[in-house]
Amino acid sequence: MTDDNAPKISVRGLYKIFGDDPQTALQRVKDGMGKTELLAETNHVLGLNDINVDMPRGKTTVIMGLSGSGKSTLIRHLNRLIEPTAGEVLVDGDNILDYGDKALRDLRQHRMSMVFQKFALLPHRTVLENAGMAPAVDGKSKRQYADEATKWLDRVGLEGQGNQYPAQLSGGMQQRVGIARALTSNSDIMLMDEAFSALDPLIRTDMQNLLIDLQGELQKTVVFITHDLDEALKLADHLVILKDGFIVQQGEPQEILLNPNDPYIEDFVADINRARVLRVRSVMEETTEDPGEVAGEVDHDATLESVIAESGGDTTLRYRVMQDGRQVGVLHMRALVRALVPSGGAEGAALARAEA
Amino acid sequence: MMGAPPPGKDLMATYDFVFDSLGLRGWCGEEQGGLTSMADLLGETSGEEATVSAWDTPFPSLDALHEACNTIPQSRELTLGLEQGFLGIKDSLKVVVDPLTQPLSWALSNALWVMQAVPWWIMIPALMLIVYLVGRSFKLVGLVAAAFCFLAFVDYYDYTMQTLAIIFVCAIICVLLGVPIGIAMSRSDRVQRVMIPILDMLQTLPPFVYLIPLIFLFSVTEPKLYGIAIILYAIVPVVRLTDLGIRLVDKDVIEAADAFGMTKRQKLYGVQIPLALPNIMAGVNQTIMMSLAMVVIASLVSAPGLGVLVLRGIRNLELGVGLLSGLGIVLLAIILDRVTKAALARINAQQPQ
Repeated sequence: MTDDNAPKISVRGLYKIFGDDPQTALQRVKDGMGKTELLAETNHVLGLNDINVDMPRGKTTVIMGLSGSGKSTLIRHLNRLIEPTAGEVLVDGDNILDYGDKALRDLRQHRMSMVFQKFALLPHRTVLENAGMAPAVDGKSKRQYADEATKWLDRVGLEGQGNQYPAQLSGGMQQRVGIARALTSNSDIMLMDEAFSALDPLIRTDMQNLLIDLQGELQKTVVFITHDLDEALKLADHLVILKDGFIVQQGEPQEILLNPNDPYIEDFVADINRARVLRVRSVMEETTEDPGEVAGEVDHDATLESVIAESGGDTTLRYRVMQDGRQVGVLHMRALVRALVPSGGAEGAALARAEA
Repeated sequence: MMGAPPPGKDLMATYDFVFDSLGLRGWCGEEQGGLTSMADLLGETSGEEATVSAWDTPFPSLDALHEACNTIPQSRELTLGLEQGFLGIKDSLKVVVDPLTQPLSWALSNALWVMQAVPWWIMIPALMLIVYLVGRSFKLVGLVAAAFCFLAFVDYYDYTMQTLAIIFVCAIICVLLGVPIGIAMSRSDRVQRVMIPILDMLQTLPPFVYLIPLIFLFSVTEPKLYGIAIILYAIVPVVRLTDLGIRLVDKDVIEAADAFGMTKRQKLYGVQIPLALPNIMAGVNQTIMMSLAMVVIASLVSAPGLGVLVLRGIRNLELGVGLLSGLGIVLLAIILDRVTKAALARINAQQPQ
């Protein structure tokens, strides 16, 4: 608990197999049988295959994958809505699979909250009562939780809507209630299962910004599930890419973008706007030496897009990269342009640095 | 063909060969020379040979087999056996069922007494008030007042109140028993698998059939006799729709309830029952309508009320009485249906979806 660098949630060797006799099937999977063979030969579905993830405290971990990749199954293991076939889930160092009913309920009431794709609000309760679901489950009366719930409803932009019923709100507003409900529980961990997937693109952007703002204030440990790479790159501190129930690659999103280690991920990253996602720190040359003549200073966390705008498209320029008022590197515009091309982007950037 | 066969031998039954070929003739016992059926008698008197063509081959039923082998019982012995069996367990059954159902008799006779003892000028306004509280509609209250005043005007007030009293008691007991059974069914697939055939049977048995074993079991003077018949017949919809309603509750909402650490009890009372309430109320509506249908038939076994008048209309061919009491039943049905539907509509309005 005291070690801030220890991961908040650790998943160790997690397997989930759906079927009548998962243990026998598990042995076959451990012996190297794949998902399709397992389904054909034993009629068992391999949901998760040897998942190992450390989710950092106070950061956003995004689990990305297409439908059927097991991402929703994985997030439901974190609060044991689904029981694993094998493996461990450690929260603050405790294996929650050892928990009894009471400890598990306590975990769900006080230490974890969840936001759902389809909102899953209680239609017969008001917005305020929905937001106060966690304290109400804990036995608190409406009067006791009203202040706290109203505070969070106001924070997510639902001032004065407490007495409405969920059906009277739009989808985006309903999901705000869902987020307020998760925040009112005051838990450290927020599980978000495709929380924004059912919303219009514009509202989705709003909600992403809301989440980023909230994260800036609250530093909760967020586990976010999505099938949208743009969303994943926007929100993630730690990105996990799932395919067919196993982890293809995980790490810092910029790193994955520049060094995809699998054709599957290359396909994924091919279509995104790299200038908007990549940061200066990922393509700069790390040096504290004085670069001599520069066109100006840029922040290490600025997007490439903003630098391109600033340079006016001139590829001969160099910028001094600053972090907290100190120089941490030099950005060559040629390296920046090379990094915008997907395949071999990283080598390209390195090459450009060497040439310059 | 073979000359005159000795008497008895010409009465070859169709299925003799089965027992002969299986060597079971000894087990069947000796032919008793006696004639067993009308067909044999006819064959005897007309002097014709009782030969059976392939076209007329009877189904190997109990009676047909009995002709060939005396050890096989006749079908009337089967029904007789069922009756004997029921009479055999009747006394021990009564020991269990009698005390269990005694409160029903008690509730029915008290309800009948109350509904008739309260003077009309209290009862009708009281009913109007209840209707208003349930439905919040003055139109409905007017309809109820008009219907009761009409029935009282033609001197059917007492009969109407008796019918109402029986329906109230039976419907309440149906809900008290049916909702928990429905909840149990929704929670366990095994309970559901067991219950569904029972419910199917209760629903498809002709209503008169319920009365037969009950007449043997209880004295006709006891109100619980018709009470049980009505409850058995009317409980089905509320059970089914409770089960269905709870199973139809949005899986995502249930998952959210789990994710926030609700206990099973909190989930049942806080989520499942409230969300299933529209379906449960639809079941209550059907249950009330079915108890009204059954209360008429139950007048055959001494249930008081409008059904008695219908019965009188049939028995004495009093057309006017039959028609007027029939109209009274229709009026009651309309009132009960409208009032429960109004309650349902109010519940639905509270849950905009």
